[in-house]
Amino acid sequence: MEDKNNIALSVRDLKTFFYTNNRCNKAVNGVSFDVEKGKTLCIVGESGCGKSVTAATIMQLLPTLSRIEEGEIKFQKDDKIINIEKLEKNGKEMREIRGSDIAMIFQDPMTALNPVYTVGFQISENLKYHTNLNKKEIREKCISLLNDMGIPLPEKRVDEYPHSYSGGMRQRAMIAMAMACNPKILIADEPTTALDVTIQAQIFELMDKLKKENDTAIILITHDMGVVAELADNVAVMYMGNIVEAGTADDVLRRPTHPYTKALLESVPVLGRGKNQDINPIKGSTPDPYNRPIGCQFAPRCNWQTESCDVMPEITQINETHQVRCHKYEQFFEKYK
Amino acid sequence: MKKEILKLRGVKVHFPVQAGVFNRVVGHVLAVDGVDLDIFRGEVLGLAGESGCGKTTLGKAILRLVEPTDGEVKYISKDDNETELTSLEKKDMDPFRKKLQIVFQDPHSSLNPSFTIFGSLQDPLKKFGIKSKEERRKIIGDLLEAVNMRREYMDRYPHEFSGGQRQRIGIVRALCLEPELIVCDEAVSALDVSIQAQVLKLLMQLKKEKNLTYLFITHDLSVTEYLCDRIAVMYLGRIVELCDSEDLYNNTLHPYSEALISAIPVADLDKQTKRIVLEGDVPSPVNPPKGCPFHPRCPKATDICKTEVPTLKKYSTNGNEHYASCHLIDLPEIS
Ligand SMILES: Nc1ncnc2c1ncn2[C@@H]1O[C@H](COP(=O)(O)OP(=O)(O)OP(=O)(O)O)[C@@H](O)[C@H]1O
Ligand SMILES: Nc1ncnc2c1ncn2[C@@H]1O[C@H](COP(=O)(O)OP(=O)(O)O)[C@@H](O)[C@H]1O
Ligand code: SF4
Ligand code: SF4
Ligand SMILES: [Mg+2]
Ligand SMILES: [Mg+2]
Repeated sequence: MEDKNNIALSVRDLKTFFYTNNRCNKAVNGVSFDVEKGKTLCIVGESGCGKSVTAATIMQLLPTLSRIEEGEIKFQKDDKIINIEKLEKNGKEMREIRGSDIAMIFQDPMTALNPVYTVGFQISENLKYHTNLNKKEIREKCISLLNDMGIPLPEKRVDEYPHSYSGGMRQRAMIAMAMACNPKILIADEPTTALDVTIQAQIFELMDKLKKENDTAIILITHDMGVVAELADNVAVMYMGNIVEAGTADDVLRRPTHPYTKALLESVPVLGRGKNQDINPIKGSTPDPYNRPIGCQFAPRCNWQTESCDVMPEITQINETHQVRCHKYEQFFEKYK
Repeated sequence: MKKEILKLRGVKVHFPVQAGVFNRVVGHVLAVDGVDLDIFRGEVLGLAGESGCGKTTLGKAILRLVEPTDGEVKYISKDDNETELTSLEKKDMDPFRKKLQIVFQDPHSSLNPSFTIFGSLQDPLKKFGIKSKEERRKIIGDLLEAVNMRREYMDRYPHEFSGGQRQRIGIVRALCLEPELIVCDEAVSALDVSIQAQVLKLLMQLKKEKNLTYLFITHDLSVTEYLCDRIAVMYLGRIVELCDSEDLYNNTLHPYSEALISAIPVADLDKQTKRIVLEGDVPSPVNPPKGCPFHPRCPKATDICKTEVPTLKKYSTNGNEHYASCHLIDLPEIS
């Protein structure tokens, strides 16, 4: 991470809060991470821990009643550094970044695809807005994008409406749209959660290709540790608005040091470990976001919790790449030496 | 000695496809297209496959929540009496409904939001002759405790519970008539991982305590391997492989199962394998491909696969019975 030129996006101490019914939900409460060019960062955690809000904050797509409270989002565009958090939400600069420099794909492709326009028209719109191609070139580019995404008969499919695509094809069409302008960063929020594993494998293959061939930096949001093991170069584990552990895939999966990361890994059966493997549920459930524990957010569910955990632990850098937010990390990390 | 609780023979469920102003029948969805399957007392049998391959329809057909178009579903009681369920009058099904229950995927839609939990759950008890309200409250209260919830919760409404809690209430509903077999249709698929683990453990514990048999439907093969004794893999309405759950992983015979297994993301860096990427989507069950239904996507397909339908044959791996339907299996068939 020393080579700053390699970093496509850098987030520092980011806080995004929601204000509803006169109460405040600290949905993202001080999050820092870097995304490297040509690498995949997986953000993993249970439902409601702030993964999607983090993504929406980067894209400046936050709903009303929420705002960026503090922090920086630095995006490296060519040789300039742009502070996204300072841009106007719907200003020209932000619109230019959205869709062309940073693209996003969602769990439900219909949030990005409009049912009343053909798939080709929707991809063209993006190209018209962000490139200088003429009409004929745009059409050719659309077809070649669909082809790259493995859509059969792209010359014909380009003129069809999203409803005539299957679930997996819609997802691929959305990726085609996101990739139209060769974005530097692709944010994928649970892009395959609703799909069969066979279709998921097709999408993953595509994402790996983008990363390798276009040097795209990918932020992949997931709740599935299997997906992390398969695709991540770097991992950030989130819990209740904080990153509790981060590092390379090796750091986090081979030497999990935060009790929450360990618990997540132990709670899923792993294919190939057979019938006698042990799984351990995490006790309880995530707390009410409006009524949070005072110190470490994981304390009520943690088997190692003691009085000191009533104070929010700081981030500790265990080594160059691996960091953790837990008072007792030494006792867990010790074992790996 | 293993004893069957259910024997399925040639079960088919075809849904008519209608079109035009007169709703003319223009074809059929072959949702389940000829399934032979024995389910043994006390086992957990997994049913896996991509969405739309007919898992839910098969589960429902067993309970006659959809009517099979063809075939037999035989129930064998503890004292060895056989009853063919599909030919029974609706009203004669009742005593068997009690023995065969189902837990659905979506914990949100399966409870009536305007009734308390007790209000929703007491109906089947009433129907099966538990007249005293006190007794109904006791049964439901005891079961709530069995799934690690408080008795008092029975007087609350569904919206007051989390997804995992609602799924547990669905399990209580299935248990309250003391069934022998429960069809669990994607019972943990919609839950967060930590909650999923709680429900899986609970299902295993209840199975032991109450001597249950499960037909466990899921698209997640990591869950089936952990939970099930045997696994049946379905493709386009048919069973293509059926074997001991560990053999499915260690001695895979069917190319479709092989592709499915390779596509499962595994949370262990030392167990990463090359994923086999299947081209395209599952074909429409209205016009399934000729020959082997899997041939348009099969990486191993040869000429014979385009014309001849492979049948489910019996082999042996690791000393266990192992059924599969593929022309290319290089093992001696056993009778
Ligand atoms: N539009 C909104 N209004 C109010 N609160 C919201 C809104 N969107 C999200 N939140 C809150 O912000 C927190 C983080 O939510 P977020 O959607 O980022 O979770 P997530 O990690 O993406 O979960 P999932 O895995 O379920 O997608 C939660 O407490 C959630 O209730
Ligand atoms: N009531 C119905 N009417 C028409 N088609 C149906 C009906 N129920 C299911 N199908 C079709 O039957 C096939 C199998 O469906 P299903 O059993 O739900 O699959 P699975 O549970 O494996 O995802 C699918 O093509 C589905 O669209
Ligand atoms: S800080 Fe304390 S409560 Fe939090 S994870 Fe570490 S040991 Fe557990
Ligand atoms: S019969 Fe042929 S097409 Fe079918 S699974 Fe076997 S090899 Fe593949
Ligand atoms: Mg989300
Ligand atoms: Mg189903």
